[in-house]
Amino acid sequence: MDYLDTLKEVVSNTLFWKQVLMWVIGGVLIFLAIKKEMEPTLLLPMGFGAILVNIPNSGAAGVLDRLFEIGIAGHELMPLILFIGIGAMIDFEPLLTNPKLMLFGAAAQFGIFFTLCLASLCGYQLNDAASIAIIGAADGPTSIFVATVLGSNYLPAIMVAAYSYMALVPIIQPPIIKLCTTRKERRIHMEYKGKKVPKLTKILFPIIVTIIVGLVAPDAVALIGFLMFGNLIRECGVLNSLSDTAQKVLANLITIFLGITIASQMKADQFIKLDTIIIIGLGLVAFVVDTFGGVMLAKLMNLFSKTKINPMIGAAGISAFPMSARVVHKMGLEEDNQNFLLMHSIGVNVSGQIASVIAGGLILTLVKGGLF
Amino acid sequence: MTGWQLLKNALPIMGVGMIDIFAVTAVIILTVLFLNYFSNKISK
Repeated sequence: MDYLDTLKEVVSNTLFWKQVLMWVIGGVLIFLAIKKEMEPTLLLPMGFGAILVNIPNSGAAGVLDRLFEIGIAGHELMPLILFIGIGAMIDFEPLLTNPKLMLFGAAAQFGIFFTLCLASLCGYQLNDAASIAIIGAADGPTSIFVATVLGSNYLPAIMVAAYSYMALVPIIQPPIIKLCTTRKERRIHMEYKGKKVPKLTKILFPIIVTIIVGLVAPDAVALIGFLMFGNLIRECGVLNSLSDTAQKVLANLITIFLGITIASQMKADQFIKLDTIIIIGLGLVAFVVDTFGGVMLAKLMNLFSKTKINPMIGAAGISAFPMSARVVHKMGLEEDNQNFLLMHSIGVNVSGQIASVIAGGLILTLVKGGLF
Repeated sequence: MTGWQLLKNALPIMGVGMIDIFAVTAVIILTVLFLNYFSNKISK
């Protein structure tokens, strides 16, 4: 009878029904991960973790809270270590062949700052508005890092929005690109002159970028440093086994823990709020305006440049690597099956990775620094 | 604080942030161009 009384008490509690809703949300994330193959490395652990922490009196909540304290809340260890793996996976050669592609990476971060203003207008305090805006970085570790350092209360919603939209890039970007460009512009051919990049450049690049970004945005040193450390391991040529480990074992290990640890914050009473829906909406705005910003810069440059740029490559400046690059390449082939934009869009895409980290660091410096 | 007051705080961050990001990007681009030139010189 005690058991039945307890059960009756649980079921009559409103929180229980919110927790049931979280089971459904967790189930949806798992479905999207498995059936639709949308960012399965993150959405599946997050979905399952959401179910774990929302079982009434869950014993798993304590364990996951501890993982969160150690791996994220303390010193943002998990996203930083993941960045080593990501850095080891990135080949900057297409960017180093044509460094002015970095301008599109910079322009495609406009959505972050635009959303910062919009979120502020919606009444969010600066730290929360900045944490929401960083969804536009289209980069999981950067979003987690910035939101945690700024002490945002909306980390779970921010993470779900960031990773979901990264997976939805093939759906979000094409209509925006088509809206901003004409058919003639989308058919602009771009030749790729595959110049060999000297090994010395590839080795010095990560070191020098870390120093430059670190001097301008000291709060970004951890992010850019770990990313570039991973890249240096890859490019130095003498640490192949470490590079291999970083790209595969390390990245996969941290990803397993990261997803399930983030889910520890998806408790029903914290997640099921109107704010979550608003944040998901603002995250979409960030992605849309990012795409718009990159494309518009390319169109602007075409007004002054003799060699025309296909403005679609600007959209690849969003840091969702390599999906955004593939989307642009595919759209190019649809317009003209002889127009191969992949190497250009990959160059822009990797520059977006660097630019998103710079944007994250600047956001931290400007918001934390109490400049305003 | 109202939304408008919060927006007034955020707008300068947008301005400074975008200028800074383009400035840093320009420095990185120039650095890469110099690195490519310097590395090619050494290899010759």
